Amino acid sequence: MKKDRREFINTCFRFAAGASIVGVAGVLASKSAKGDYFWQLDPTKCTQCGRCATSCVVTPSAVKCIHVYDMCGYCDLCGGYFRPNVKNLSTGAENMLCPTGAIKRTYVEDPYFKYEIIDDLCIGCGKCVKGCGAFGNGSLQLQVSHDLCVNCNECAIARDCPADAFKRVPLEEAYQFAGFKTNKKI
Amino acid sequence: MKKVLSILSLLLLSIVDFATFAQTQRFPRPEFESGYTQPVTSMPAPRAGIFALVDVLLLIAALSLITWFIHKKRSRTGVVITSLFSLVYFGFLREGCVCSVGSVQNVVLALFNPGYHIPLSALAFFVIPLVYTLFFGRTFCAGVCPLGAVQDVFLLRPVSLKKWLQKVLGLIPWIYLGLAVLYAATGTDFIICRYDPFVGIFRFNATFFMFAIGAAFLLISVFIARPYCRFLCPYGVILNLVSRVSKNHLSITPASCIQCKLCENSCPIDAINKPVEVKQMEDKRSATQRFILLAMIIPALMIIGGWVVSNFHENLAMVNSKVRLANELLHFDADTMKESLEIEGFRTSGKTKEELYLESADILKQFYYGSWILGGFIGLVFGLSLAGLTRYRYREDYEADKGECVSCARCLKYCPVEKA
Repeated sequence: MKKDRREFINTCFRFAAGASIVGVAGVLASKSAKGDYFWQLDPTKCTQCGRCATSCVVTPSAVKCIHVYDMCGYCDLCGGYFRPNVKNLSTGAENMLCPTGAIKRTYVEDPYFKYEIIDDLCIGCGKCVKGCGAFGNGSLQLQVSHDLCVNCNECAIARDCPADAFKRVPLEEAYQFAGFKTNKKI
Repeated sequence: MKKVLSILSLLLLSIVDFATFAQTQRFPRPEFESGYTQPVTSMPAPRAGIFALVDVLLLIAALSLITWFIHKKRSRTGVVITSLFSLVYFGFLREGCVCSVGSVQNVVLALFNPGYHIPLSALAFFVIPLVYTLFFGRTFCAGVCPLGAVQDVFLLRPVSLKKWLQKVLGLIPWIYLGLAVLYAATGTDFIICRYDPFVGIFRFNATFFMFAIGAAFLLISVFIARPYCRFLCPYGVILNLVSRVSKNHLSITPASCIQCKLCENSCPIDAINKPVEVKQMEDKRSATQRFILLAMIIPALMIIGGWVVSNFHENLAMVNSKVRLANELLHFDADTMKESLEIEGFRTSGKTKEELYLESADILKQFYYGSWILGGFIGLVFGLSLAGLTRYRYREDYEADKGECVSCARCLKYCPVEKA
C-alpha cells in the first residue's frame, strides 16, 4: 500500500517532468533556427582596438583582415601597408605597418599596386584596417574567418569587444562588409 | 502593378547601394590596361551544416549504446569504451562546443530574448539527454558527457567525503545554475561556457588561469570522483531532479539483493543508500510538526535569500558590459583621465549618453527582479535540502540513489548475485 502510493506519486512527477520537457522543446522548436548561428564582426562598428588579436580562443586569432578588392584604390602610398611618414615607398620591413609582414605588395601597372593578405601570417590586430580606413578607401576590413572560427557558444572576443561589434547571424548573413555588398554565396 | 512596384523598389535599393558604395571611394578603382584580373575576396566557409546533424545522431547513438551497456549488458568496460569515444569526439574533435551543459544557457536566452533563435542542434543537445534520463537515469553523465568522461578516466583512488561536506558542496551547483540562468536571461554572459574548466584542455589553448583550474579539477578527480559533476555542474542538478522520477534506473543487483554488503564501498560518489536496519516509522504527530516547521522555514528562507541577493543586484549587474560602460562613463572625466577603449568605442558609435543610461537602468531593473528570484530560488533549494535531511525513509536493500547516481556502473561487478 505504502509502496503503491510512492509509486503513484513518482509516476505523477514523471509525467509532469516529461510534459515540461516536451513543452519547453515544443515552444523553442517553433522559434528555432534551421542552421547554426555564426559570429559576425560588424566593420561599421569596429574601432580596430586590437583585442581581436588577443582575446580569441584560437591562436592566432580567427579574426583576419580580409581584402575587399572591389573597394581597393590600388594606391602606391597605401595607408594600410606603409607606416605614417615613411621615407621611401619600398617593401622594406622598416616601412611596413603590419607587425607580421602579412601584406604582400605587388606591382600591377603604373602607378598601381596590388595588396594581398597572407592569411597564415595575419593575426587580426587591425592596424592595417585602421590605416586603410583613415587614409584610403577602407577596403581592408576585419572579419571572422569561418574556416578557423570554432564558433564558441560565447565568443571570447565578443565579450571583450569595446565597440559591441560582434553579433550572432545565420550563415546567409555572414561576411558583412562596410560599404560593399557582396553577392557571392559562401 | 505589383511588378512595377517591385522593380521600382529594386532600382531604389540599387541606387542607395551605389550611393553608399561611391561615398567610401576616396580613390576610385583604376581602369587597368595591362589585363589585370582581380583576385576574389576570400570568404572561407564554416563547417558544413550537415555536421550539426552528425553531432546529434552521434549523441543519440552514444546515449543508446551506453544505456544498453549499463542496463542490459551490465558492463563497466562498455561504459569506459563509450566514455573514451565521447572524450575523443565531443571533447577533443568537436573541441567541447555544442555541449549539453552549456545548452542550458541557449535555452534560457531563447526563452527570454525573442530576438534569439536557438540552433536546433543546441536544443537537441539540451532535450535528448533529459529524455534519456527520464527513462533510464543519468546514463548521459556516465560517459556521454565529455566533461564527466574526462574526470572519470582520471579517477584512480576514490576517497569518500564526509556526508555533511557532500551535502554542503552539493548546494553549489544550484547557485551556479541560478546565476547562469540570471546572466543568460539578461543576455549578459554565458558563464558556464566562460568558466568551463575542461574546454581549454580539449582545445589545447587555455589561458594560464583556466588551465590551472582545469588541471586542479583533474588532479582532484584522481582522489575525489567527478568534482565538477557533483559540486559545480548546473546541468547535473537538472538531470538529478529528472532522474529521481525516472522510469527505469540502474539496479546494483541483477535479481534481488541479498544484503551481502559487498557493494557497500564500491561507489566512488557515495550514491549507494544502505538498508535501514530497524523499521521505525515516524509517528504522525512528529511528522505533522515537522511539516508545519518546514512550511514556515522554507518561505522564510526564500524571503531572506531574495532580500540578501537583491542587495547585491548592482554588483551582479556589473558583469553586463553595458552597465559597466555606463558606470565608467558616469565617473569619466575627460580632463584628467585617459579614454579607455570602451569609451572610445562608445564615442565612435554615435549613441548618446542618455540612451546608454536608459538602457543600463533597464538592465539594472531586470537584475533587481532577477536577483529576488535568484535569492528566493537559493532559499528554496536550501530549505528543500534541509527537508530532505530530516526525511525518514525505510529501505531493505542496497539501492543506488536515483538522483545522485551517475550510472558509472562500477558497483555492478561487486554484486555476487547471478542473473535470474
